[in-house]
Amino acid sequence: MAIVKTERHEDLPPPASQTGVIGWMRENLFSSPLNALLTVVSLYVIWWAVSGIVSYAFINANFVGETREDCTGTGACWVFIKARFGQIMYGFYPVEERWRVDIGYVLAAIGLFLVLSDVVKNKKWPAVYMFVFVPVVCYFLFYGGSFGLEVVETSQWGGLFLTLVLASVSIFVALPLGIVLALGRRSSMPIVRMLCVGFIEFVRGVPLITVLFMASVMLPLFLPEGMNFDKLIRALVGMSLFSAAYMAEVVRGGLQAIPKGQMEAAKSLGLGYWQAMGLIILPQALKIAIPSIVNTFIGLFKDTTLVLIIGLLDLLSIVKAGTTDKEWVGMATEGYVFVAAVFWVFCFGMSRYSIWLENKLHTGHKR
Amino acid sequence: MSEAAMTQTDMDVAIQLIGMHKWYGEFHVLKDINLTVERGEKIVVCGPSGSGKSTMIRCINRLEEHQQGQIIVDGIELTNDVKKIDEIRREVGMVFQHFNLFPHLTVLENCTLAPIWVRKTPKAEAEETAMKFLERVKIPEQALKYPGQLSGGQQQRVAIARSLCMNPRIMLFDEPTSALDPEMISEVLDTMISLAEEGMTMICVTHEMGFAKTVADRVIFMDAGEIIEQAPPTEFFENPQSERTQLFLSQILHNG
Repeated sequence: MAIVKTERHEDLPPPASQTGVIGWMRENLFSSPLNALLTVVSLYVIWWAVSGIVSYAFINANFVGETREDCTGTGACWVFIKARFGQIMYGFYPVEERWRVDIGYVLAAIGLFLVLSDVVKNKKWPAVYMFVFVPVVCYFLFYGGSFGLEVVETSQWGGLFLTLVLASVSIFVALPLGIVLALGRRSSMPIVRMLCVGFIEFVRGVPLITVLFMASVMLPLFLPEGMNFDKLIRALVGMSLFSAAYMAEVVRGGLQAIPKGQMEAAKSLGLGYWQAMGLIILPQALKIAIPSIVNTFIGLFKDTTLVLIIGLLDLLSIVKAGTTDKEWVGMATEGYVFVAAVFWVFCFGMSRYSIWLENKLHTGHKR
Repeated sequence: MSEAAMTQTDMDVAIQLIGMHKWYGEFHVLKDINLTVERGEKIVVCGPSGSGKSTMIRCINRLEEHQQGQIIVDGIELTNDVKKIDEIRREVGMVFQHFNLFPHLTVLENCTLAPIWVRKTPKAEAEETAMKFLERVKIPEQALKYPGQLSGGQQQRVAIARSLCMNPRIMLFDEPTSALDPEMISEVLDTMISLAEEGMTMICVTHEMGFAKTVADRVIFMDAGEIIEQAPPTEFFENPQSERTQLFLSQILHNG
């Protein structure tokens, strides 16, 4: 005889025993004696670290004053940073010309907002603005020499300004170049593939310091007499090529995660190679690769500090130079803490943006 | 078979394979394939796995390259000429075992992508056509969802609609129901049957023998890279000639 259930079971709410603050704490913080002990010890460590940092950086710190004499030595002496702020931000860019850098910042910030945020849906014009208009205008603004603007040699550029120039140029060059290299590495044309593999493997096999050193010291030896590139350009080329090689491998990882069927479906619909790549494969591959791409960006951003060795005064080098000033002896800690904080703000920002972007692009096919 | 076919006019012939061979490296996957498909004809291809059925139909739109012999689709011979390949792919729709929908695009965008970029159809017109075909496969209400939010059967119907949006003259089906849960197979087969009734030229690799019996004009049995037998379905199922066909049929009909 068959057993038949005639009534449907109704949907019930989940059991409520583990809700509420007390329930959560009991469950997560004090579920066993060992767990409780670990919780207490961890809380103590956190309190100890945070209170130490707060008292050093804020409570006992000096904010007011102009010179070394205003430092009491009880905590951080931010007077040093304040006194040198202009130099830390702009390097030796002439004071009366610094508005040009500020305008560049504003233009770029507007562009970044339009391209990266959700406000404008159609990204075509923001992209043109950000990747064509802003770079061109910034070049003329920063370097000068036309439109009645005084020339500011790149040797005068420095501080956070130089760091941002290095990082943004390298990022803008590295991503597209990396994509091209990754596609080349997977190409069916043997010569193209060999060139790409050769480039990637060579560049990845040497330290960035070597690349920069070669660009600045060895390159002039090979160039004809009298021909000389700007030191900054050489550093930019070196950093861009270096990070492009890393980017290529990151993008290749993304490309490999896309099933072969996607390309086949695109082809069977009559799409050509570039259409299939641009519309089907790359959007998916880059989305998968976002965490690694941002990871590479963050690494690249911090690696800009290595230009120190070829004599460019980026954020780190200019602070370092400041700490050797005899009027400010002993200010190294404040200087480095400040640099670290600035780097952290930028890198953390990139990291949060990548998380936001991943969530936005999620279309429910990953379960 | 091929000699008789060659005397027919181009107008009546949709696809012609003449003495076609293919190798994967050293492995000879397709051996001397001769097949003529007339316009409006429905062909079902069956055979054990690894017999080269999928490879054969994938050669027809050049997802695989053949090394010897001729493939003529719609009067155009397939060579290395990229233009001709693209021309053929525009006329030949394909439905895959694993749907291969584009997961980053909505159902509607999946359907309009190729018309917009390949045929240069205006967006509004492409969307109208897409909705028409989504209605035909009975899922217009899913148009704005992403493929990942649909069931397997629904996804396969979207894939069929996506192909139809290019107004193909020939449709290739590569095991369209093999990756589906049993209760979703019929919804896909119904769509294919209605397509067949409209006179679409179809080549379908499938193990759905019921479908073959209702729809096919001819059933082709392949084994080890060769076409062993081809016959109208009644003849094929009731009176198979070759031993291998008999063995295959006894195995699958036993299970089914």
